[in-house]
Amino acid sequence: MVEWLALYNDWAVIVIMMAGFYIMIARYNLVKKIIGLSIFQTGIFYFYVGLGKVENGTAPIFLEPKVIDDSTTNIAAGAVEQTIIYSNPLPHVLILTAIVVGVATMALGLALIVRIYEKYGSIEEDDIQAIDNKFICQLDDKK
Amino acid sequence: MLFNNHFSVLLIVLPLMAAPICVILRNPKASWLVALISNLIIVLLSLSLLSHVLNGNVVRYELGGWAAPTGIEYYIDGINAVLISIVSIISLVTLIYSKQSIRKEIATPRHYLFYAGWLLCLTGLLGILITGDAFNVFVFLEISSLSMYMLIALGSERRQALVASFRYLILGSIGASFILLGIGFLYAATGTLNMSDIAERLPLVNNSRTVIVGFSFITIGLFIKTAMFPVFSWLPNAYQFAPSAVSAFLAGTATKVSLYIFLRFFYHIFGTDYSFGNLLLGDVLLPLAVIGFFVMSVVAIFQTDIRRVLAYSSIAQIGYIFAAISMATEQGLTAGIIHIINHAFIKTALFISVGCILYRYGTANINQLNGIIKTMPWTCAAFIVAGFSLIGVPLTAGFVSKWYLVSAAIDSGWWLIAVMILTSSLMAIIYIGRIVEVFCFKTGDATNSLKVKEAPFSMLLPLWFLIIVSVYTGINGDVVVDMAKFSATQLLDSLPSLSNSIGNPL
Repeated sequence: MVEWLALYNDWAVIVIMMAGFYIMIARYNLVKKIIGLSIFQTGIFYFYVGLGKVENGTAPIFLEPKVIDDSTTNIAAGAVEQTIIYSNPLPHVLILTAIVVGVATMALGLALIVRIYEKYGSIEEDDIQAIDNKFICQLDDKK
Repeated sequence: MLFNNHFSVLLIVLPLMAAPICVILRNPKASWLVALISNLIIVLLSLSLLSHVLNGNVVRYELGGWAAPTGIEYYIDGINAVLISIVSIISLVTLIYSKQSIRKEIATPRHYLFYAGWLLCLTGLLGILITGDAFNVFVFLEISSLSMYMLIALGSERRQALVASFRYLILGSIGASFILLGIGFLYAATGTLNMSDIAERLPLVNNSRTVIVGFSFITIGLFIKTAMFPVFSWLPNAYQFAPSAVSAFLAGTATKVSLYIFLRFFYHIFGTDYSFGNLLLGDVLLPLAVIGFFVMSVVAIFQTDIRRVLAYSSIAQIGYIFAAISMATEQGLTAGIIHIINHAFIKTALFISVGCILYRYGTANINQLNGIIKTMPWTCAAFIVAGFSLIGVPLTAGFVSKWYLVSAAIDSGWWLIAVMILTSSLMAIIYIGRIVEVFCFKTGDATNSLKVKEAPFSMLLPLWFLIIVSVYTGINGDVVVDMAKFSATQLLDSLPSLSNSIGNPL
């Protein structure tokens, strides 16, 4: 049980991702679908951010190594450099790119929704489907 | 042939720079010219690259001079070089065709956006093919997909295009996100993003759950992107409602490039033994592929819109290719690559000829096109030749790929699969034959518009270029077969490892 809880990070990823996924599947409103997509992608961003974290690591900004000059210890007068643990910055950089891509996707999706609303007068998928079907029936009638 | 290592990066930089120039120019003709010239240069560069690679070289280009495991590397061997040439040639051909065809499909003030989007899409596709970095694949995949959604939506004279584009956006983003997640797992397991480097380190962590999860995510993501059988629903609408030039380009290249990612990941990065031996990818792939090509061929028979027939047939062809790939033998892989190449040319030609009909008649509905061979003989002749090629009639390119496909299946001892492939080819006879019958033998209301002229020359030229290529490769299949064999052996061989990979960056 404790082991499971220790993986809270991964659990959060799963919950966020699946919530987004569910919205995409279950909602017929196009804007909600885009929101779902965005939440879904946020889950993945979160996964990557968690990936780069090193335990007790600090932000990967170069720090002057602290010099421990403690004369009470047995170590000889020479200074010992404290090792600094950094988190791995690479996944964070990667996910920055993916966030940009996600923003672009969302912008394009919303732009499409605006157009769809102009042409169909609705952003409910059922309505759009019905309008399309009606349109096809009319074409058949003409023949 | 003249060759320089920098050619590989120029393939990406050139279209990427040309796209904003198109936007700045804002003039349909000028932006077409910019797109055309840059594309022409890309074709020349890619051919030079191809001849260099076919001599047995592997091009490794360090971007910005950073050595491979740290920096991003462009890695080009047989399969990429072949596909880069094909994508750039098809893009050039359809670009020539698009000048006339989009006049009736896209409002003139938006033409420059069309060309800009086109160039960005080309950038993305070439980028996927050229890069040797797993994360770069995702970035380029999204570049190509986003511009593809935009290009499809440009066919918004028909409002269904918007919905088709939106659905493709949702599904495509899910697919790409899955691939991203899979790459994340691979990174977690190996601590590197360079493809050759991952390939080298994976055997050490092969059995960890992380790798298996990453493997599954990448598989599912690529299924969506390639429009594999159960997850193809974005494809028919996208192909039907996109501007005809876009569907020609899309049909020839987009799914093929995703197939390339598939080959690269499962043959090169994970290794044939691991993905097909340990994880039994073939057992998942084969049933889906067989059901795919069988069911989709049947579905194609019942469509009334020619573009929809072709779209379903495309999914069926993807099924053939996957069936060939899942054999995991050299013959199977060769057959798959031959079919990727041939089908790219055939499907583009078919979509272009339908586009020509659409240009003159304004419809691609099979019931309204009776006897149009009288008014558009060249277009219809091209459609018939390409259609025969799709069926696999001897002396056409389709015959070569079907031949290799069936003989590879028999070599693997899969008699049933061979029979299924032949049966579904018979169905292709029905769905193509139905259209040919309408074109040639039916007389009806469409013939009353005898005033309709043949499609303009600038549309027929690219069409017949593709037809001649596909007939030539049908008669003299050696060119394609040799290239495919070369790339298949290169993919199956254990790859030259990065000699300079040092230490674990994690």
